[in-house]
Amino acid sequence: MSTIAPQFRLSRFIASLFDLIFWVLLIFSLVGLPIVFIILFYIKLPVINGQFMTPYLALTWIADPSRTLPIVKAFIHTTIFKVVVFPGFGFAAILAAATIFIERKFLAKIQLRVGPLYCGKIEGILQLMGDGFKLMSKEIIIPAKADKPIFWMGPLLFVGAAGAFVSLIPVAPGWVVANPNVGLLAVFAVIGFFPIIAVLTAWAANSKWTFIGGLRALHQMVAFEIPLILSLLGVVILSGSLNLSHIVESQQHFWWITFVPIGAIVFFITIFAELERVPFDLPEAESEIVAGWLTEFSGMMYGLIQLGTYLKLYAFAGLFVVLFLGGWNGPMVWPPFPQDIITHGITIGPVTAKFPGLPLFDQEMLNGTLWFVIKTVGVILLILLPRGVFPRVRMDIALHTGWYKLIGLAFINIFIALGLLYAGVLGPGGLLQ
Amino acid sequence: MTTQLPPGMHIETVDEKIMTLNVGPQHPGSGHMRLIIKVDGDYIVSCDPDPGYVHRGEEKMAEYRNYIQNIPHLERPVIHDSSNILYPYCLGVEELLGIEVPERAKYIRVIAAELNRCIYILYWLAIYGIFLGHSTMFMWPAGDRELFIDLLEAMSGARVTHAYLVPGGVRNDLPSNFEERCLRQVAYFEKRLKEYEDVFYQNPLLKARTEGSGILSRTDAIRLGTTGSVLRASGVDFDVRKKEPYDVYENLDFQTIVMKEGDSYARSRIPYLEMFESCRIIKDALKKMPKSGSVRTKLKPNPKGGNDEVYRRVESGRGAIGYYIVSNNRPEPYRVKISVGSFRNLICMPYLLKGEKLGNMPAVYWGLNYWPVEADR
Repeated sequence: MSTIAPQFRLSRFIASLFDLIFWVLLIFSLVGLPIVFIILFYIKLPVINGQFMTPYLALTWIADPSRTLPIVKAFIHTTIFKVVVFPGFGFAAILAAATIFIERKFLAKIQLRVGPLYCGKIEGILQLMGDGFKLMSKEIIIPAKADKPIFWMGPLLFVGAAGAFVSLIPVAPGWVVANPNVGLLAVFAVIGFFPIIAVLTAWAANSKWTFIGGLRALHQMVAFEIPLILSLLGVVILSGSLNLSHIVESQQHFWWITFVPIGAIVFFITIFAELERVPFDLPEAESEIVAGWLTEFSGMMYGLIQLGTYLKLYAFAGLFVVLFLGGWNGPMVWPPFPQDIITHGITIGPVTAKFPGLPLFDQEMLNGTLWFVIKTVGVILLILLPRGVFPRVRMDIALHTGWYKLIGLAFINIFIALGLLYAGVLGPGGLLQ
Repeated sequence: MTTQLPPGMHIETVDEKIMTLNVGPQHPGSGHMRLIIKVDGDYIVSCDPDPGYVHRGEEKMAEYRNYIQNIPHLERPVIHDSSNILYPYCLGVEELLGIEVPERAKYIRVIAAELNRCIYILYWLAIYGIFLGHSTMFMWPAGDRELFIDLLEAMSGARVTHAYLVPGGVRNDLPSNFEERCLRQVAYFEKRLKEYEDVFYQNPLLKARTEGSGILSRTDAIRLGTTGSVLRASGVDFDVRKKEPYDVYENLDFQTIVMKEGDSYARSRIPYLEMFESCRIIKDALKKMPKSGSVRTKLKPNPKGGNDEVYRRVESGRGAIGYYIVSNNRPEPYRVKISVGSFRNLICMPYLLKGEKLGNMPAVYWGLNYWPVEADR
């Protein structure tokens, strides 16, 4: 006799339900409630209709639906929304997911394949989700002699640094998570973290392949970081600001790529090296060093590294758009929100529904976001294209390119920018102001 | 006492700066073999190839089967190039048993061999592409290979491991519409080959990476006993099809491709250019082939060879393949020795990789036109 399930008894089932309810209540009241109140303490509570919104009043939208939109609107302008949803992580993650899908289909078209096709019925649109679940369900294997704390920390640090980079990119006027006055310096500081993370995890994994890969990553990123920084100085000289939002505002009439194209080209090439993409995918060269510094990662640790890589891709493309392609600037194509609905509401037969608090987003923000997304996706496609065309370069050629050719070009670019500044053509007090 | 060590070999000293890497047998950049590589920074100090992971005893197996039963298992070492690896066996057995091959069968054999050469080179090129990180060059040849596989499927009934060539001719005649279909697909393929040139061989990054790396001089190529594309890339004009023409190769119009540079780029380019010549041979053979006639001489059941020995060789995708067959009045051969191009090209690997950068390892390794399974036999 074989039993698949133990014998069912109603009394035990009810007893276990009570047991469950007891534990849920206990844990919620001891841990959950304090956490809720700690979070609420830090959120700036809005004032609506002259009433200070307490958590109790915030829940009154259940009784009074007309309060819904003001509450949602108030939430949209809180910091937590900015970090988690719109210019921050959620927005970047959705763009990154779209990027992965586009990359796979795009590369497949170049290579006369079809790419992902079955998962999600329509052109394999859910393939990424399937891959994510697969990675999550896989076992995480850690090498026996690895330095475990640092090895565990690697993917988290990588995603954290990529997230910090994303938070510095302004998407629309006023829509940026962190807007320091030295935004560009902060970008350089964040970029400087990546080689350190690569070397730390490579060393901690205690394998020859990760070690060689980590050293390659270090050499390559350091070699390309200097031309990267130098190539962006031209824009700083011309716009007279390190604040990324100010740099975008300074491009209302002309994009900086028209005046400093050499800097744009140098920066574009360094993006490939920083992202470890073809043709500079030396740290992950599979036919030489298995998977480079990612060799020992498995399961969701590898998934986090991939997530971080694509967040980084989005952030670099966004930085290119912000610095050279005018950021959110563009002709106004988004239609204004109909004034009629704001003042009179919608009337269907005898019922009139009024929506106080509309519109949720203003027209300039939506228009700016649209242009930013269009430009960023264009730049991302340009970054993806070489993967189908180029082979991998060799280490000495890559370093020669970084230390010698690109630095020379970056200096030429700086002199062009200085020339434009001192001739009085551009810059503070020049043609554009 | 000083002894002259063979090239690539050296006496090992304990040095902390040297790191030993085992490339293979579980490594995306190795075949079914292991390369024991010692690196000093980015430079390879020494390389010790360690084949033998897929040794299957083909030669011993051949001593326990009769001449016909030997056909299917002798093509196993290179299933992509199965007609060419069977070719010298069939030639040798025909000489031992004294069989005449019909004229039409000779042409069909040449067509099958050239189609198979294209299949092998495309597979080789696909792996060469992915070894250098060029994923498009992996997909394109792997896709275009299907054309030739379909043609050989129409000829023999099997997509790989055709067992199409038999002593006395070929197993069966061509299908009725074969000539028209073959010409159409070869014409399409020649157009595709020109696209390979644009995307791969004229790529500045590929040239920067492979030109001037792993140079094998003409004298060294001859001294180390290399063969096939490696030999021709070093400037030696040697092709078995030209020097010792077998079957109908002397009637056909083709050239031997020779390059003088002897570097990885030349070694990668020679097989590619040979595919053009293969297409020429196929078209020429289809034109000159007798349109009808027998394709197979019937053998006696369980034929016995005399007290004799024979050595025949052909040009395969990887160089000369030679079969030395000894018979002693029995239905089974007394000894079958296969001399393959892969193993002879492998010998120069330690010599080429010494002092190279680690990044050149895949290009040099796969540029040697080496097939691990064939080398182990």
